[in-house]
Amino acid sequence: MSDATQTPPSEDERVKEMSAFRKALIRPELGSICGVILVFFFFFLTARDSGMFSPSGVMNWSIVSAQFIIIAVGACLLMIAGEFDLSVGSMIGFSGMSIALLSVSFGWPVWLAICVTFVLCMAIGALNGWLVIKTGLPSFIVTLAFLFILRGLTIFAAIATTRKTIIGGVKDAAEGDWLAPIFGGKVLTGLFQWMGDHGWIETFTRGTRLGQPVVEGIPMLMVWALVLVIFGHWLLTKTKFGNWIFAAGGDPQAARYVGVPVNRVKITMFMFTAFCACIFATAQVMEFGSAGADRGLLKEFEAIISVVIGGALLTGGYGSVIGAALGAIVFGVVQQGLFFAGVESSLFRVFLGVILLLAVILNTYIRRMITGER
Amino acid sequence: MSKPLIEMQDVETADDETIIEMKNIEKHFGSVIALSGVSLDLMPGECHCLLGDNGAGKSTFIKTMSGVHKPSAGDIFFEGKPMNFARPRDAIAAGIATVYQDLAMIPLMSVTRNFFMGNEPTKKILGISFFDHEYANEVTMKEMKEMGINLRSPDQAVGTLSGGERQTVAIARAVHFGAKVLILDEPTSALGVRQTANVLATVDRVRSQGIGVVFITHNVRHAMAVGDRFTVLDRGKTLGTAKRGEITPEELQNMMAGGQELATLEGSLGGTV
Repeated sequence: MSDATQTPPSEDERVKEMSAFRKALIRPELGSICGVILVFFFFFLTARDSGMFSPSGVMNWSIVSAQFIIIAVGACLLMIAGEFDLSVGSMIGFSGMSIALLSVSFGWPVWLAICVTFVLCMAIGALNGWLVIKTGLPSFIVTLAFLFILRGLTIFAAIATTRKTIIGGVKDAAEGDWLAPIFGGKVLTGLFQWMGDHGWIETFTRGTRLGQPVVEGIPMLMVWALVLVIFGHWLLTKTKFGNWIFAAGGDPQAARYVGVPVNRVKITMFMFTAFCACIFATAQVMEFGSAGADRGLLKEFEAIISVVIGGALLTGGYGSVIGAALGAIVFGVVQQGLFFAGVESSLFRVFLGVILLLAVILNTYIRRMITGER
Repeated sequence: MSKPLIEMQDVETADDETIIEMKNIEKHFGSVIALSGVSLDLMPGECHCLLGDNGAGKSTFIKTMSGVHKPSAGDIFFEGKPMNFARPRDAIAAGIATVYQDLAMIPLMSVTRNFFMGNEPTKKILGISFFDHEYANEVTMKEMKEMGINLRSPDQAVGTLSGGERQTVAIARAVHFGAKVLILDEPTSALGVRQTANVLATVDRVRSQGIGVVFITHNVRHAMAVGDRFTVLDRGKTLGTAKRGEITPEELQNMMAGGQELATLEGSLGGTV
């Protein structure tokens, strides 16, 4: 699917030569590439002077996009494997709360709290997958149940232990911890300081941070997003396991008959989605220094929308991680861009609905083209 | 109701050549008896046709052969040794490949990805294992050419192939991965005339390579075209096994449909069935 090889021209007169345009059209990323170009073009025209393309403005929408990318990569691989996870948002709230409770209220070292939370989240992901496989129910229903179960548990745990739904003080607890900066830190701060010193990027002109650049460095969140995209793309297109993901989503029974361990693939993908949600939550908790029981609300839908804009089919078996990442960028840029452009923020949802509908229609059309149906 | 029209042969004692021998296989699903003592043996390079009307137990029988179902009673001998398949994987590992009618291929995936599904070739680069696309594409193109299918490119989705071509790809795949026994579950039932001819020619080619083929069909004409032996199932029982030349298509047809009734029907339809 990804490796284009030179092949001799077809000798079969019934096979029509495919135009380059048509070839490009059946790549899953095409829609989202157009989307990204269109969105940047639009905001370059309407919001150029609003600071959207200044370093701090770029950082603003990049961080939001990176957040979407992190959960979109997990949702993308799971969707290609033929399943959904509607509990991503609740999982974000749950894991954030777990880290805050364990480290602040129970006084555990932050690294231990993070590690335990990751194990817990992936175990819940595995449980989700196991239930879907064992019961044969649609993952839509099983994970919808977990959407409520996890959210309820999060609020209950927070109130029962601290009588609050927001737990702060994580920043102080994380002081000097070795693992926390991997999620909440910034990289390339030296480079940005150096660029600031040379006057290439904006610096603070007064106050306590005089001389420091406004943008201090690249947040680890963005590094995680990049790493996950590269990993996901590699896994999907360049490995044996990637072929199993496509097969499990394309037709589980046919895949089983040739010996693909479909159940294992699906459960692993549920765990990976939970892992991505947990990265999102950990980075968020480290950045804000607090965990809230309502964090991550509606994130599952935002992840799924990014994936669909990225060209994946809701029915599974087809899609691309790069596409999902581009879809997440479209999503992030529009959400923040409308703010820069001074557009009423409620219109964002209108836009979202329209773009989702267009993406799904385009995807259905593309699938017909791939499978040769009319 | 269905009286055997030919003498039932004794189940031959397995000689050294037999690849697979199924003896008195029974399969019960709760209170339903799907198979009550079905026997079949297969030689290398032979095409053994398994005939029977809908509900005769053909599918259940081949599923016990391919490891999907565990027989409730009876023995399976593979190359003379007793075998007990727990999962389809075990049967595949032993060299029993099954091509299912609708489930042969995944339409959204490329021909190459389908061809190597479950058997992906890998190469190591810096200690990391990669799917060897180059090798996979090369092998796929070569195998397809041998089977007489011209691919535009190995990236082409299987959805763009015709039904007959999909069956052919699935058969080529099984042969490439060293199948000794090839089970074809109604490969021709949904195909047009030309496509059927292609699949039957493929079966013939596979047989000449010394692979034993079990060919399930309810079309007597297709069975007669390639079959060396014919076994008819009815209501979970073997009605009999006949060699090529010992039985006419009409006799086979009658056995499958339960003689008497079809004779009456045929009268009213003017011998067109």
